[in-house]
Amino acid sequence: MSHISSKGLYYTIFGTLIAMTVVTVAIARIDLGALNTPVALAIAAFKATLVILFFMGVKYNTPLTKVVAASGFLWLIILFGITMGDYLTRAWIGFPGR
Amino acid sequence: MTHAGNNSGSYLDAPHGIASWLLTKDHKRIAILYLISITVFFMIGGLFAAGIRAELLTPAGDLFTADLYNKVFTLHGVVMIFFFLIPSIPATLGNFLVPIMCGAKDLAFPRINLLSWYLYLIGAMLTLGAVFMGGVDTGWTFYTPYSSMASNTNVTLAALGVFIAGFSSILTGFNFIVTVHRMRAPGLTWFRMPLFLWAMYATSLVMILGTPVVAITILLVGAERALGFAIFDPRVGGDPVLFQHLFWFYSHPAVYIMILPGMGVISELVAAVSRKQIFGYSVVAYSSLAIAIIGFLVWGHHMFVSSQSIYAGLVFSIITMIVAVPSAVKTFNWAATMYKGSITWESPTYWVIGFIGLFLVGGLTGLFLGAMGLDVHLHDTYFVVAHFHYIMVGGGVMGFLGGIHFWWPKMTGRTYPETAGKIAAILVFVGFNLTFFPQFVVGYLGMPRRYHAYPEEFQILNVMSTGGATVLGIGYLLIVTYLVASLFKPRNASANPWGATGLEWDIPSPPITLNFETEPIVTEDAYNYIGRAQKAREN
Repeated sequence: MSHISSKGLYYTIFGTLIAMTVVTVAIARIDLGALNTPVALAIAAFKATLVILFFMGVKYNTPLTKVVAASGFLWLIILFGITMGDYLTRAWIGFPGR
Repeated sequence: MTHAGNNSGSYLDAPHGIASWLLTKDHKRIAILYLISITVFFMIGGLFAAGIRAELLTPAGDLFTADLYNKVFTLHGVVMIFFFLIPSIPATLGNFLVPIMCGAKDLAFPRINLLSWYLYLIGAMLTLGAVFMGGVDTGWTFYTPYSSMASNTNVTLAALGVFIAGFSSILTGFNFIVTVHRMRAPGLTWFRMPLFLWAMYATSLVMILGTPVVAITILLVGAERALGFAIFDPRVGGDPVLFQHLFWFYSHPAVYIMILPGMGVISELVAAVSRKQIFGYSVVAYSSLAIAIIGFLVWGHHMFVSSQSIYAGLVFSIITMIVAVPSAVKTFNWAATMYKGSITWESPTYWVIGFIGLFLVGGLTGLFLGAMGLDVHLHDTYFVVAHFHYIMVGGGVMGFLGGIHFWWPKMTGRTYPETAGKIAAILVFVGFNLTFFPQFVVGYLGMPRRYHAYPEEFQILNVMSTGGATVLGIGYLLIVTYLVASLFKPRNASANPWGATGLEWDIPSPPITLNFETEPIVTEDAYNYIGRAQKAREN
């Protein structure tokens, strides 16, 4: 990889990650009802994206590297998506008497 | 098989001594280290299999107690799957051949390659430790809630062994992918690559994308046992069926880790013994990728009776039918390759035909089990046991042994007695069918798997099975005997004993440490047997 990021960028990303951790803890103290988990997951996903793009250098890498990184997430979506498909449709067929 | 003189200066003649082997970075030596290791584990797994078949010779549970029987079949499965089948072809033939077929001096990361062998050994030793400390009785699938809440055997230690061995698999896959992308010789375009390379590439994708999931899943079981995590405990909102989703997300594709390399081997062998270009080369290449990708979408067919949603089951059932298509494509194309080929009746030919026959039965019976309604009847019976042995042994092990017989002269510089090779192939084929075909029948009649006793009316079929396993065992022992015996004879294999095409056959047997004196340049398609024959006639 030929690209070298500036120290300032690394410090900015590091600061953002720390700030997001603080936000995660702070939000956990507020009851958002059904949004509790989605909000926590959204913040985690944002932090993971920053790490992958900047600390792992994917943003500045070849298209092949980007495809490799993206395929990991595609497979995660397959795992979570189809598994959730099972949970969401289990109750669609009732049982006799129910 | 043609014979020739010595080849000094080979990788086998490079510095001797145990340290030179244990610290080697040569992919060929690492392949040999793996070959020795997996052979030992194949024998250990085989001993457990012999115990199972001896117990099932009679209807009464008279050899093992029920608890001990549980441990024996668990360890048979764990050892055979994680420490033999998964590393079998990739770590031995793959390690040996991927760089050579690419025209490279070694894999992309030789030290990581050695690390993978050590991780494999550490994992294997931990699992063996679990055996000596009293065994483990969960079945190779480690299903919750039994594994996480009830079993008081050495689940954590065995699971830790499997967890560590998983990293060995990931490192091997990673190495192959980078090597295939970055280290192919000039002229070796993607569609000039041997189909074995395509198969190893597709297998590596599965290893990298699937193995981390089973590693995390096993870690969760360990955390649940040790720390009281409640991921799979329904009393506090967990779900045991979630374990099955996570486990089979890896373990179904793991079937393709076991069978895709075998398919790659057979593609090489079919072309070589038929003296023909593979029929529909690009379709066979793409079918490897299709199997690797679609294979990730069918895991729920292991869970039709697990309380999984019937709608999810429908989708999994349909995709299961679809994944059979690329496998069928390969089988038809191998048959079409042999059609009107100049077939030579040498020992690899016997393994090819055996593989195609057994894999065909295994694949077709997989469709029975993929049909939701029929699976309710067949689930957890010996029909399932027979089906997956036809795939994993009939396909995976036959492919492995076919490959070993084909490339043994290249790996060791020595030939083996051809007649013994043919007799062994026939013994294994006959013994295998006699072992497992009766299990289709006894399973359809309702005999459940994983019990040490059974009703008397099933005995005759079980006696056939045990008799077949004996023949099968004799076949395997015969192979080990003549291959090991060949090592004590002078090197006599020529560079190309089968008259095959491919970069590995253009270099001496055994190869030199860096494989090639000068970087090879590839100027023709793979399997150009007809073109070479025409050129030979013109000359």
